[in-house]
Amino acid sequence: MNPTANKKNCTLKFLILTMKHKINAHAYWQKNLRYVVILLSIWFTVSFGFGILLADTLNNIQIGGFPLGFWFAQQGAIYAFVVLIFVYIYLMNRLDKHYTSEN
Amino acid sequence: MELQTWIWLFIGLSFTLYIGIAFWSRAGSTNEFYVAGGGVHPIANGMATAADWMSAASFISMAGIISFSGYDGSVFLMGWTGGYVLLALLLAPYLRKFGKFTVPDFIGDRYYSSTARLVAVFCALLVSFTYIAGQMRGVGVVFSRYLEVDINTGVYIGMAIVLFYAVLGGMKGITYTQVAQYCVLVFAFLIPAIFISFLSTGWVIPQIGFGASNQEGMYLLEKLDGLHRELGFHAYTNGSKSTLDVFMITAALMVGTAGLPHVIVRFFTVKKVSDARKSAGWALLFIAILYTTAPAVAVFARLNLIETVSEQPYAQLPQWFNKWEETGLLGFKDKNGDGIVQYVAEPSLNELSIDRDIMVLANPEIAELPNWVIALMAAGALAAALSTAAGLLLVISSSISHDLIKSVLYPKVSERQELIAARLAATVAVVLAGYFGIHPPGFVAATVALAFGLAAASFFPAILMGIFSLKMNKEGAIAGMLVGISLMLFYMTKFKFGWFGGGNSADWWWGISPEGFGSVAMVANFAVALIVAQFTPPTPATIQQLVKEIRKP
Repeated sequence: MNPTANKKNCTLKFLILTMKHKINAHAYWQKNLRYVVILLSIWFTVSFGFGILLADTLNNIQIGGFPLGFWFAQQGAIYAFVVLIFVYIYLMNRLDKHYTSEN
Repeated sequence: MELQTWIWLFIGLSFTLYIGIAFWSRAGSTNEFYVAGGGVHPIANGMATAADWMSAASFISMAGIISFSGYDGSVFLMGWTGGYVLLALLLAPYLRKFGKFTVPDFIGDRYYSSTARLVAVFCALLVSFTYIAGQMRGVGVVFSRYLEVDINTGVYIGMAIVLFYAVLGGMKGITYTQVAQYCVLVFAFLIPAIFISFLSTGWVIPQIGFGASNQEGMYLLEKLDGLHRELGFHAYTNGSKSTLDVFMITAALMVGTAGLPHVIVRFFTVKKVSDARKSAGWALLFIAILYTTAPAVAVFARLNLIETVSEQPYAQLPQWFNKWEETGLLGFKDKNGDGIVQYVAEPSLNELSIDRDIMVLANPEIAELPNWVIALMAAGALAAALSTAAGLLLVISSSISHDLIKSVLYPKVSERQELIAARLAATVAVVLAGYFGIHPPGFVAATVALAFGLAAASFFPAILMGIFSLKMNKEGAIAGMLVGISLMLFYMTKFKFGWFGGGNSADWWWGISPEGFGSVAMVANFAVALIVAQFTPPTPATIQQLVKEIRKP
């Protein structure tokens, strides 16, 4: 192989790699956005939904001594928040690993 | 042992510990002073964030507020925890990736503008000063209640301690003392709660206990609702506020939490991006331990109080009643002269006045717990107030030495000089905070909501759009922040201080209270920013590249 062709080949390889990085970065970001949207919908549902907007309706259901709407507002929503963050940590660590191994 | 001896022992021991840690972890560089060298373990950072976040108000007042407002108190529980989800998912990892020292750093660089940086510095100082004045007052109050010294003496002692470890140790010293302070405060809160839960219901876990039944087999909450109805209060498990207002207040507190600079900077102290996410998770877990216990304490305390005093002859009340009466936190005025305590909702017939703080402070005595538990509470309340004050102090000092002096006024300043400036700024800030603690401006209580509203209306939208939009430019961001802050300041001063013609709750826009207005101001910020960005020059390519860079793992 002559030097010029080799050089061309290298540039091409480099271009393909950068393209791949860009596509990967894009895919990574899209996936991250999807996780965020799904987790934030749950975040909204347990607090603003069950704890506030639907609280009166849910209060007709009793769990032990708790009216359910009241329980969500003072306990359930907070537990759900903690779980949501740890689920996100797990998902993102998995995604990070996948992304860095591809590069 | 005597109660006073126990209290001096616990406070003395905990203070020695804080000072020892500060001495061991003193800062030698600006990197250590601002972000603790950036090598804090996520669990340690979680504890530090939790202590930083939970102030004297969380420790002493929150359970009491819930105790008196029942369901309405949920806005604080959800609002002050839900913000961490926003932090973990939307802000913390990217700000860590960006890798600078302060929030104005991010705003200034991302929006390529000194004006944006200065607006951010102004907001950071305003929010932090409002907060810290309340904390120093809290330190004074705790000292005066437990040690029977003058409130002002209490403030001086608090100032000296915070000055020592914040100025010497910077963020590094603060972080490790906050870890110790978290342990002290959470123990102090949980132990009486566990005792009381067990005594009232037989359950050791308070979170389960307050949904359980008492010895007569009746659910506590059902009983409390019944008592409330009898006495003319709204039912405990139902609210009295409008659903819209509850929604708006919760949203403002959540978004405000995510936008508070002294919380955000904690995520600059960890080693890598994934650690920023982890420490948000740990922080919320550590906060949740206290925040899920507080509503349980609220129910136990409320029931105990009503059952002990309502319709009882004044002469036969237990000893703690008279003790707290002397402090002015409890008051009895026999209006109908029958010698019996009438505690009802109707103001003209009610004979009992109760300060909400008593629900936590007097809890161990009401439940007849040993003296060392009461002493532990004193140490816990001080830990809560000191840790938050120190965190705020650092934001104030870094805003001045780093964002103002280094970044705008004298960029040529050497690292050694910057470190001296940071320590000087911290000293001045402590003195100022102490002054406000001794001469509290009447508006401290009213402006706590302002701090959240301001953070929600200024920082949160600017940071969020800085990360999630490539197109948001400096004109949009600055206009948004200015509109958000001005609107919030206008609404708060109008309805809290009576400026601009004043007004009462009937004049609130769409029935939204000033506490909940931060949500409206935040939406206004977003809207203005997006519109202005449409009609002004686009973001430079280098900045777009920077944003793409912080989105990568």
